[in-house]
Amino acid sequence: MDPITFELPHTLKAPKAAPSLGPTSRTMQPMITGTSVVAFKYKDGIMMAADCLGSYGSLARFRNENRFMQVGATTLLGASGDMSDFQFMKHKLEDLLTSEYDMDDGQSLGTKSVYKYVSNIMYGRRNKFDPLWNAYVVGGIDNGEAFLGYANLFGTTYQSDCIATGFGAHLAIPILRRRVEGRADEISEEEAVRILDDCMRVLLYRDCRAFNKQRRAKVTAQGVEISEPYALETDWSIADRVVGYGA
Amino acid sequence: MEFGLQLNERPMEAPREAHGHNHWNPYVDTGGTSLAIAGEDFVLVASDTRQSDGYNINTRYDSKAFELSNKTVLALSICSADGKRLYEILEQRAQLYFHKHDKPIGTEALAQLLSNTLYSRRMFPYYVFPILAGVKADGKGVAYSYDALGNMKDVTHIAYGSAAALVQPFLDSQVGFANQRNADPNRQLTRDQAMRIAIDAFTGSTERDIYTGDWLEIFVVDATGVHKEVRELKHD
Repeated sequence: MDPITFELPHTLKAPKAAPSLGPTSRTMQPMITGTSVVAFKYKDGIMMAADCLGSYGSLARFRNENRFMQVGATTLLGASGDMSDFQFMKHKLEDLLTSEYDMDDGQSLGTKSVYKYVSNIMYGRRNKFDPLWNAYVVGGIDNGEAFLGYANLFGTTYQSDCIATGFGAHLAIPILRRRVEGRADEISEEEAVRILDDCMRVLLYRDCRAFNKQRRAKVTAQGVEISEPYALETDWSIADRVVGYGA
Repeated sequence: MEFGLQLNERPMEAPREAHGHNHWNPYVDTGGTSLAIAGEDFVLVASDTRQSDGYNINTRYDSKAFELSNKTVLALSICSADGKRLYEILEQRAQLYFHKHDKPIGTEALAQLLSNTLYSRRMFPYYVFPILAGVKADGKGVAYSYDALGNMKDVTHIAYGSAAALVQPFLDSQVGFANQRNADPNRQLTRDQAMRIAIDAFTGSTERDIYTGDWLEIFVVDATGVHKEVRELKHD
């Protein structure tokens, strides 16, 4: 058929050759980030440390963040990665605690349940290709037994006596493997604090996103305790003699 | 409105390649190895327990072989997160079967269920290579091997995971007697022989594969049920 085409001034035309916008995509980069969380088991329960910095790229943007959350009576959550995704997770856990409280059955949320909940949210969001950009450490005392678990944006989960996220996995884990692994139930609170501070000091020296203002947190039979921010004693006198690593 | 091709127009711009590029990859390989050896009236399943992420060892003890019933064991490899979820789904289905029919689900039924479950995720596969092993209704040992999409085959021996390329030829030789002119092809392994082969396969793999090691979980399934044993591998 010979096309006879004419246009009225008001005819709506479909755009020709619309450029492909591709498939739907979601924000896939973290904005305000927290660096390593270091955690391990000791005689009285579990202990964790994380600094107070919320980085905006390489800018030390927010210097008074709290990267811990107490969940119920016996559980502690430590977060690294995107801080807004951590806030989202905190809201989800608060909702969970509220609905559990509303059950009014005298039951309280145990550490393993919190861990499973966090893990399932992480795995579910990975399956939606819309991950929460975090690595979480869940610690606590569940039925009298210390529990320490990890969950990240790929839904990968594991339990171990010593766990560290981010740079901590490279710098703190070797220290913890030597000083904690296999003897967690011999470690006193004083020794645990020393080990934790040593790990955090190494991270402070070598991780450019670390910050010398940090919190320590522990879960014991007495419950959850998150410390006020404190600074580590450092010694930079040998710094000018360090050779290599681009320095 | 326009009809037909206007010759003075340029052909439509080819769509730009946007898919696959610059896209977040949800799959991770957490390493580890699993194997199964089927005998006449038993089947052996072995998995190491190391979980890795690149050059980091996440944990030295993360099981990837599970009892689904008193006659079936499931061993997973590659992606720990997908493996755990797949196990949970099968575990739930096995429980539902038990409560519905008042008897444990059979190995053959679980084998087909696993295939269907994998294929149901054809467009976003579970990144796992499962081995399902157990005793059949007639009491014979059987191992089923799968790919991530649900292709299923019953085998006498199989190895999957980060050290599969090391273990599979060893099993082909020691269990399948492949390319051995004077071997009796109908010879059946005893339990002790299967156990020794499995242990040797893993001690050897631990030496050469950085993703295999720490602990070894061995399940022997026979008419009396599932017997689990944990052995130490090198922690380096």
